[in-house]
Amino acid sequence: MKKYIASRVGYMLFTFLIIATFTFFLMQTLPGSPFNDERLSSTQKEVLNERYGLNEPLSVQYFKYLGNITKGDFGVSFQFDGRSVSSIIGERIGVSAILGAQSLIAGMIIGLFLGIIAALRHNTFIDYGAMVVAVLGLSIPNFVLAGLLQYWVGVRLGWLPVAFWEGFEYSILPTIALAAFVVATMARFMRTEMLDVLGNEYITTARAKGIKEYTVILKHGLRNAMIPIITILGPLTVSLMTGTLVVEKIFSVPGLGEQFVKSILTNDYPVIMGVTLFYSLLFIIVILIVDLLYGVVDPRIRLSGGGRREGK
Amino acid sequence: MRKKSLWFFMMIFTSLVLLAGCYGGENVQETEKDGDSITDEKVGKSVLHLAVAGEIPTLKTNGAMDGLSQTMIQNVFEGLFRIDADDKVTEGLVDTYDVSEDGLTYTFHLKENALWSNGDPTKATDFIYAWKKALHPDSISPHAYLMESVKGAAHIQDPDHELYGKVDELGVTATDDFTLEVELENDVPYFTELLANPVFYPQNEKFSEEQQDKYALEPENLVFNGPFTLDSWDHDQKWTLKKNSDYWDAENVKVDEINFKVAKDTSTEVNLYETDTIDVANLSSEFVDVYKDHEEYTTSLKSEVYFLRMNQKNEFLSNTNIRKAIDMGWDKEQAAESILKNGSKAAYWLVFPGFVQSPEGEEFRDRFGDLNKGTPEEAKELWNKGLEELGEKEINLDLLSYDDGQRKSVAEYMKNQLEKNLPGLSITINQQPNKQKLALEDDLNYDLSYSGWRNDIADPVEFLSVFLSDGAYNWQEFKNDQFDKNVKKAMVDFTDIDKRFAELQEAEKILIGDEAAISPMYQAGSARLIKPNVKGFTAHANSTYSYQWVTIGN
Repeated sequence: MKKYIASRVGYMLFTFLIIATFTFFLMQTLPGSPFNDERLSSTQKEVLNERYGLNEPLSVQYFKYLGNITKGDFGVSFQFDGRSVSSIIGERIGVSAILGAQSLIAGMIIGLFLGIIAALRHNTFIDYGAMVVAVLGLSIPNFVLAGLLQYWVGVRLGWLPVAFWEGFEYSILPTIALAAFVVATMARFMRTEMLDVLGNEYITTARAKGIKEYTVILKHGLRNAMIPIITILGPLTVSLMTGTLVVEKIFSVPGLGEQFVKSILTNDYPVIMGVTLFYSLLFIIVILIVDLLYGVVDPRIRLSGGGRREGK
Repeated sequence: MRKKSLWFFMMIFTSLVLLAGCYGGENVQETEKDGDSITDEKVGKSVLHLAVAGEIPTLKTNGAMDGLSQTMIQNVFEGLFRIDADDKVTEGLVDTYDVSEDGLTYTFHLKENALWSNGDPTKATDFIYAWKKALHPDSISPHAYLMESVKGAAHIQDPDHELYGKVDELGVTATDDFTLEVELENDVPYFTELLANPVFYPQNEKFSEEQQDKYALEPENLVFNGPFTLDSWDHDQKWTLKKNSDYWDAENVKVDEINFKVAKDTSTEVNLYETDTIDVANLSSEFVDVYKDHEEYTTSLKSEVYFLRMNQKNEFLSNTNIRKAIDMGWDKEQAAESILKNGSKAAYWLVFPGFVQSPEGEEFRDRFGDLNKGTPEEAKELWNKGLEELGEKEINLDLLSYDDGQRKSVAEYMKNQLEKNLPGLSITINQQPNKQKLALEDDLNYDLSYSGWRNDIADPVEFLSVFLSDGAYNWQEFKNDQFDKNVKKAMVDFTDIDKRFAELQEAEKILIGDEAAISPMYQAGSARLIKPNVKGFTAHANSTYSYQWVTIGN
């Protein structure tokens, strides 16, 4: 297990380096320059380029950048006077993380519940109802849902705050807007998997032994149905990350997503790099966790020695 | 395995607990949990709630200034002069001032009761310190060019001059703590107006020097001398201004606190307004339809003129008749009234009505009026004449445009109008984010471009100097000797103000009427909703706001 994690961390670093390199060079193809401002004279632009090292050859800039990030220095933003990229990410990531985590957890719990109910009450009114919810959740884009929630729940009904981030009640609407997709995906997956698992002989055996129904469902059914679910956790997390870009803007949540889009539009190179690397790191870690979770859920998948595929 | 799964859940749980602090709820309880003015009334405080589109880019008076930065700066700091509610220059920190007979030396006597928020008086040396800092090559102040009329300032900014960077050569002296003497290069008639720009504001020398790189990054790295102080600053999220009780005119500041919160979306802003969370909402054109008959709806005009650049490097656009046809060939009134709908005004000029008057009070626009204004038929005639001269039947042009909704629709509208009125013309719209758009314009890599200019001071040169043949922003390869001559003279020669005025009027006529180097589109307006109990909310023409005259009723 330890050996496995160590080698995975090695791969992660390599992936990280590739992403850093790609982003760095792709960013150079962005038209325009951070200092394209109607009011700056050409002398001032030269001074700025020199100050931020933008007049040096690309390869020099690249190795300098890599050198700096190993020291944990991600540079200083161009659009916000004198503010470091680390502080920009640091201030915003907590908010994005809690919104993401809340949506993922709430979405998973509700989604699993809906999926299980639908499977247990297969081809009944409940099953159809749950699946209608799931299809709606998948097909309504989160920005539409966010707008609807904001207007109806926030303005018309006045039940919850319209926007901003000043306490738990402020996080409810953005969480719902983000979680809808998770609920839908989870419910559909869970229903299919659960139906599949419940048809297995060991479930019949368990029931024949007289084990209580909820133990059968939770211990024998759920745990086996969970394995494929874990595979979609990674992609779900990513879609949550991209979802926050829009939802954060609509609900004026001071998170990282909106900042990312803005940094690209303003050619704020250090922020683009910093946020991209941060997101990729997060994604790489999520994948690692998902891989490790396989072992937890299904002991048949052995991680030690020759790799995780061995058990299959 | 059970142990390991326990470990995972522990990990997730701990991180959630750690993150729970991130709701930022701690400091909510004190003032404005539900955020409506009525609760605030009960505690006897008069509080204004506003939404802003983003983070304050800088609070340095010599920084890269956009509308938001300038708004915040002019509310927490003050210079010698400020712009009043009617956009006229009024005295700020200056008590009295004298001008020498030749108009080249100004002596300012400062108010001795104008204190910084740390108790220091605002001294003449604080001005000199800030001005020199703005001119120093290290600070790269985008607005330093405004200082060029001060003696020495132009040379200090010129890398090829021996005085480059030698800020001590600037023609300013502090004859005593509260007397500032400024020598000018030219007797510019609008010097006091220039002084109302933040780049001429003072910085507390002692304090700023102590802060070094940290200056203006956080509220504790700042001292204030304006009507308000910045009390808290939660970056990219919210900040609070508090009334500065040490401000020299504090008795006339009626609002105790202003809360700003970042709302990045217009519809969010409108929804917040509807739920009484904020007192003012800025509207984009899609909301204007909904609210235009609402009693809380108001519009204001900005000193910002949009125009179509026509790149004369393009073989078709180098033909004057073609350019005139394009300028004349679309209905500008319709665009302003039916597409923008926010109080914008159709433009047939650059120097907009009401912008500037001659010393005798003659309005700049009166002499030539609307330039190159005509009917679609006249446009078609010019167009056909142009095509004939070129020997072409069909022309395809690129229209470079902004990427926001409102200006996108204007570009679409222009395309439709021009293609309909000028047979044989086809236009392809190319939308770009602003930075990219500027880069393409700078490279002259476009045919037509939707562009704009905002002034800093009320002088026609502000708009016209953009199109000097060697000007940094002459991005359409326009060159006219008479135009250059008139504008360049007007930049340095202030001996005969009446003649200068007439020559600038002629220059504008050459640019638009004779040459159609650009096609003016509209003077931008802005629409907003203001709660009926909020009075005196001042939107300046330069896209900034002043809050010191706001009163909040019941």
